[in-house]
Amino acid sequence: MTLSPTDTEFDPREPITVNLGPQHPSTHGVFRLKIQIDGEIVRDAEMIIGYLHRSMEKLAEERTYTQNIPFTDRIDYLAAMSNNLAYCLSVEKLAGVEVPPRAQFIRVLFAELQRIASHAMANGTFINDCGAWHTPLFHMFREREKVLDLFEMTCGARLTTNYMRIGGVAFDLPEGLLPAVRTFLDEMPGHIEDYESMLIGNEILVARARGVGQISAEDAVNASFSGPVLRGSGVPFDLRKADPYCGYENFDFDIPVGRQGDCYDRFLVRMAEVKESIRILNQVVDNIPDGPWLTDVPLHLRPDPGEAYARVESPRGELGFYLVSDGGPAPFRFHCRPPSLINLTALKEMTLGGSLADAIVTLGSLDIVVGEIDR
Amino acid sequence: MTTWLDPQAVADRLNTACPGSVVGLNAAAAGDAYLELSADHLIEAVTFLRDDAALELNFLSNLTAVDRDGELEVVYHLQSLDLNQIVVCKVSAGGYDDPRVPSLEPIFKGAHLQEREIYDLFGISFEGHSDLRRMFLWEGFPGYPLRKSFLQMPGNLTAGLPGFSHESGGNDWPVPGTVDERPIHPNQASRNIPVPGDPPRVLGSSSEGQA
Repeated sequence: MTLSPTDTEFDPREPITVNLGPQHPSTHGVFRLKIQIDGEIVRDAEMIIGYLHRSMEKLAEERTYTQNIPFTDRIDYLAAMSNNLAYCLSVEKLAGVEVPPRAQFIRVLFAELQRIASHAMANGTFINDCGAWHTPLFHMFREREKVLDLFEMTCGARLTTNYMRIGGVAFDLPEGLLPAVRTFLDEMPGHIEDYESMLIGNEILVARARGVGQISAEDAVNASFSGPVLRGSGVPFDLRKADPYCGYENFDFDIPVGRQGDCYDRFLVRMAEVKESIRILNQVVDNIPDGPWLTDVPLHLRPDPGEAYARVESPRGELGFYLVSDGGPAPFRFHCRPPSLINLTALKEMTLGGSLADAIVTLGSLDIVVGEIDR
Repeated sequence: MTTWLDPQAVADRLNTACPGSVVGLNAAAAGDAYLELSADHLIEAVTFLRDDAALELNFLSNLTAVDRDGELEVVYHLQSLDLNQIVVCKVSAGGYDDPRVPSLEPIFKGAHLQEREIYDLFGISFEGHSDLRRMFLWEGFPGYPLRKSFLQMPGNLTAGLPGFSHESGGNDWPVPGTVDERPIHPNQASRNIPVPGDPPRVLGSSSEGQA
């Protein structure tokens, strides 16, 4: 067989379509980004999602309120505690359940530990995307492992914790957990210092991330961004301050914000948030009260007909659950507001005109979890 | 603390600015109170809510839909970042035949993906949306899964676990005391696993230890 001249002819003026994913390390899961490149410059970007769609919102309509808690673990599997918490808060708001003070402290303890673990993963993979390969990632995994060990001590699971309950938490803290948390908190500042000395201001990281994937504060608000992506653009909106839950108003902490809204600022915001989490955790460990950790809630809870929307500041942003009750034992409608999905709204605008390598850095800086995008 | 705006107060402002946009409100409901807007005036009403100096609802926090047994409605949670207040708005999209509401994408870019999701799973068309395609499912998927009428997967596929059906009015869930006790394997007797129908365990006293 001979090839005709047109088969081998290559027109350099025609844009080339490049598929990133669905199976590609830079997409952090089963996520496909179809990019049209002209030379190195991105001319069009389209995301194709749904590979991990498990129809959780439909399934949840056939389970009792308590049976739905394990589903929430699997929505955002890098921040299961935050998802448990958001869902339980929403049910508690719907049914008017009061949570005892010790349970509130335990919830804050694990939500903040989860933030440290999730940000370690986010920053590690982001630096990986920037070209530092795996060394920083595995250093940050070391800290994440310690947090997961604390989870395992408490509820037996490391990733899909299923620990929060409607009206409190499933178990009291085991003996030895608080000393272990204290040890972790004591050694953590040293590790963070290491990272900061190696990474912040690092010439290669700055060259790869500064000015890349920039978005203004106005556009970020208009695109409903939330979490470190919104704060990286300089909008000081954090639900722990703006709409405190679980007694966050009693803790002393700051909201770090970026200035330029680029990938580097998002990275810095996450690094600073880990330090703020450690501040909160120190206050939790010092002040945790004794008492009950779970209120008496019927196993087959039947909230009055109505609806409720409650949200938390998850490591990725505003994570909300919208529940509608028809008076039955299962939610009539169960909706999760996924920060990962909504933070992708402006992905196209953020990558257009940059190089292909910058698109990967931008995607990495958004810190997506595909389980939450597709649900 | 975020203020949940009283729908009556918001409705009063809306009625003076764009008459006819509020078609109802539910202030006494259990849980969150909400405001019902008319689909015809949705764009101007939401634009007013965003630009009004006393409301400044400039952040579309959440957008979703609910199927009220054949009547589809779209729910918006609008938040003000500066004034820290939130209001819930609803718009009726009509029945299963041809549900449609105007798209909020020209006002809030953040509606883009959320409206696509609702189109995919509920089949509600958003007029004026720039790229209304299915998002999670493929083009040609039969039906809209989150509608209450969608009871079965195509090809008689069923989910692995038996579920609770809304059809029977919500009363076929086991009532405590009516379910036979599940036999407990001798090895598991010490774990005292609660069976459906047990009276709820009273947990939460420090003396009890871990359940």
